[in-house]
Amino acid sequence: MYRWFSMLGAWFIARLGRLGKTGVFFAHSLLCSVTPPIKFERVVRQIWFVGWKSMLVICLTAVFTGMVLALQGYPTLRRVGSEAFLGPLVALSLIRELGPVLSALMVTGRAGSSIAAEIGVMRTNEQIDALELMGLNPLRYLVAPNLIACLVALPVLASVFNVIAIFGGYLVGVRLLGMHASTYFGEMSNYVEMSDIVGGIYKSMSFGVLIAWVCCYKGYYCRFGAQGVSAATTQAVVNTSALILVWDYFITSLVF
Amino acid sequence: MKKTYLEFVVGLFLVLGILCLAYLSIEVARKEFFAVGGYDVQAMFSNCGSLRSGSPVTIAGVDIGRVENIRLEDYEAKVVLRVQSGIVLQRDVIASIKTKGLIGEVYVAISPGASTETIKPGGTIFNTEPAMDLESLISKFVQGTLAKPSL
Repeated sequence: MYRWFSMLGAWFIARLGRLGKTGVFFAHSLLCSVTPPIKFERVVRQIWFVGWKSMLVICLTAVFTGMVLALQGYPTLRRVGSEAFLGPLVALSLIRELGPVLSALMVTGRAGSSIAAEIGVMRTNEQIDALELMGLNPLRYLVAPNLIACLVALPVLASVFNVIAIFGGYLVGVRLLGMHASTYFGEMSNYVEMSDIVGGIYKSMSFGVLIAWVCCYKGYYCRFGAQGVSAATTQAVVNTSALILVWDYFITSLVF
Repeated sequence: MKKTYLEFVVGLFLVLGILCLAYLSIEVARKEFFAVGGYDVQAMFSNCGSLRSGSPVTIAGVDIGRVENIRLEDYEAKVVLRVQSGIVLQRDVIASIKTKGLIGEVYVAISPGASTETIKPGGTIFNTEPAMDLESLISKFVQGTLAKPSL
């Protein structure tokens, strides 16, 4: 009985230690990204990689998200005789919720996985050890640029997502289902407040930090060998996606 | 060459994001960043219903301004309306709080008057109609205390 109890305790302490390790890693990388010298060239390169190269997939998912929202919302609203509220329904659910969350999930799948794999391969090839041996801080070179780039790129991607999805909703609601364009856009501007947009931006910024943190951590402490890298990549994507959805609930109750 | 191309693309990406954000906040949320021209008039309502600042003010269904703010004064709602400059309100206009449809948006409708005197900026609209209280109207119907329309 005592043995079981001590095993449970050891497991708990080990878990707590792992959590503490991620916290220390985050605090270090945060410190590296706000103190000079900041590697601006790497930041620009990562914004290009995380942001610009995700544009196509963001646009594609956005237009279909907006379209399906309108397609689902219109008959439901029609049942209660208020199909005029399709515009606010589409815009508010996008700006407050779907824009930040879906763009973050797409970026996790596209960019987060390759960030984790890139850093993981560098760990496996002992390039990170080489950096440390030269007296350079690997967090400053590898992690801090990702953190800044995700913080900048995610709000941009979420805004693009919102605009394109609102037009996707317009395509279905106005062009296909025969609503008036003035009703769609007019009711929208009556109900969307500036605080909704600002809250959505805060949300996607926090998702950006979350993506960079978890994916870099998983790559940085990846086990050796090809299996280690593949495990790190998988864990990075799964953990980040789950954390985004969990954190989304808490930040929604905080911000709105 | 490669580096300048990279920087150009990143710059383009950021400008695109700022444009989208600007579209969202100006067109969709329709917030006036620059104070629009116009003047304020006040109106006292015994009940302003679910009117809130930013609700439209209309004459004959045409937008002519916005509700600037709502305060309590002497147990009545004091509503400040920002009316576009160029719109002249006569002294005997009637301001009433109405709803678009049954559950639609609440707005202030102004019916024009016939007086030759006009309301100066900062003046007060004296004739007002409070918001229709749908719940009490329905309960009157249910209890049968509503006066029957004379035929």
